[in-house]
Amino acid sequence: MTSQGVLRKQTVSTPSAARPRKPGRGGASRTPSHWWVPWAFAAPGLILFLLTTGYPLVRSLQISFYKWSVLPTQASKFIGLDNYVRALADPQFWTSVVNAGVYLLMSVPATVALGLFFAVLLQKKMPGRTLFRVLFYIPVVTSWVVVSLLFKFLFTTDNGAVNWFMTDFLSLSAHAVPWLEQRWTALIAISLLGIWKNLGWCLVVFLASLGGVGEELYEAAALDGANAWHKFVHVTLPGIRGTLLFVLVLQVIGAFNVFPSVLLMTNGGPAGSTEVPLTYMYKQAFSFLDFGYGSAMSFILAIFIFVVSFAQFKFFGEKKEALR
Amino acid sequence: MTAISLKPKGSREADNPSRNERPKRPLNIWLLVRVAIVLCGAVMMVAPFMIMVSTSLEPNTATLPNPPHFLPQTLTSANYEEAWTENNFAGFFGNSAYVSVLTTVASVVISSMTAFAFARFDFPLKNFMFSLLLAGLMIPGIVVIVPQFVLAKSLNMLDSLEGLVFFYTAGQIAFTTFLLRAFFERVPRELDEAMTVDGAGILRKFLVLYIPLARPALATAAVFSFLGAWDEYVWALTVISDATKRTLPLGIAAFQGEHSTAWGLVFAASTLAVIPVIAVYVAGQKHLIAGITTGAVK
Repeated sequence: MTSQGVLRKQTVSTPSAARPRKPGRGGASRTPSHWWVPWAFAAPGLILFLLTTGYPLVRSLQISFYKWSVLPTQASKFIGLDNYVRALADPQFWTSVVNAGVYLLMSVPATVALGLFFAVLLQKKMPGRTLFRVLFYIPVVTSWVVVSLLFKFLFTTDNGAVNWFMTDFLSLSAHAVPWLEQRWTALIAISLLGIWKNLGWCLVVFLASLGGVGEELYEAAALDGANAWHKFVHVTLPGIRGTLLFVLVLQVIGAFNVFPSVLLMTNGGPAGSTEVPLTYMYKQAFSFLDFGYGSAMSFILAIFIFVVSFAQFKFFGEKKEALR
Repeated sequence: MTAISLKPKGSREADNPSRNERPKRPLNIWLLVRVAIVLCGAVMMVAPFMIMVSTSLEPNTATLPNPPHFLPQTLTSANYEEAWTENNFAGFFGNSAYVSVLTTVASVVISSMTAFAFARFDFPLKNFMFSLLLAGLMIPGIVVIVPQFVLAKSLNMLDSLEGLVFFYTAGQIAFTTFLLRAFFERVPRELDEAMTVDGAGILRKFLVLYIPLARPALATAAVFSFLGAWDEYVWALTVISDATKRTLPLGIAAFQGEHSTAWGLVFAASTLAVIPVIAVYVAGQKHLIAGITTGAVK
């Protein structure tokens, strides 16, 4: 790790209340000379942020209560909660939610586990360590467009690389699998892309966190005769539980927001069977120009994500206390 | 806290010195096993890219080679030439570079000012505003894509590269401000006070003291903004319909949609899109990792 020492100081110092301040001392006083000075510095950023995130959030809620008309000549009609009721009764919406759930279950545990596995292996010195870390991270910085099209190509039915690997190399299957032409195999392909692309991110975050686990704890465990597995379970895992939670929550949020990979690999097909919430919402909004329905679905998804994230913090947060 | 702690230089040496000094274990077989497993993982990471580059360097064929080529069998630059000239990827590359560079500059300048205000001063509504920014980090961008589109339309920013810059910059503000504020807060107050004694105003302090000291964090913000803008697809897809205004991701996806079997061309364009990313990543690796792990490591 190159800069974890700095990082840890950086994150520790984040809550401003944590640092002792000597108020009212000369020129370094935190009270500005004129009330508008801090606002002058903050204004461009705050205005931009409020205009493009704050205001649209409120507006999104408003649009979701309307049968929204995209034509300026036609008036939008207030329909209350109808868009929400419609989403909850829409089988295609539920199919998309189930697909996101399947994607989550297939990709998130594997991504986090593999990321941690390789982080533990790469933590200690080994030849080519930096190069390996770079290689694992390249998919993360590559555009979703490039990697999605690449995986679409690899999962081609006729002479695709994955089918060659499965049938000719491993002899696992007698005939070519039409990966992207049926629901479950397509979701497997999309999940494999998710694992492949996000693994490096988990690895890098875990690597930074593993460096912070006290060496003396490992040495104490070694004196007690602990083997590598015991050390992992009793020293490493408790030592990085905060990071583990952070990674898990972000990966779960990411899984519910799976979007460009599905759009580009299957476009929700065949017959809408691989649609996920965001592809379905995007189509309703921008193909069928039903902005109200699209906004309502995005709000349902946002609330759902919020509840799930909160539940994870609650659940693992309590477990964390129990581990102490 | 001293000025030294602001610089990541030297932290490499601080990377667990006890581990380096520890005597070598006799079990070198475990080292071999570890390297072998990591190597297998790295091959899985790289193999798709090898197939991508090989396909881009070979002539287009009606059927895919079986087994797939991890290294090109016959070399040709035809796909690159055709993509660059006939399919206007030169233009898309230019659009992407223009948008990404402007986004990087704008988001670093604007967020360093905002972060400075939050780090240096107490002012009314400060905590409320900062909470709003943090909440903005949690909201998936796609939730507000419909009203953002309506907003872009009313601001006349559809089909405009500057419009992309505007929204990409805005999208980075919350994260980069969060990142930079933490850094500015660690600037030693003694230095600030010393400048006051010398009669420096707040703008001078910002430019001469805070900005230079925050260079590592500014680099982190720049790498994130650049990669974010360079790789972005969904927003560009939503607001750009003029084919000459496409960015690289948009151009690649649209081309694949129109010519579903011209994989050599698609991957030539993809390779061209990935090269700057890898260059920025390798050059800014340290800063990128600093950004990723901010907030994660406790």
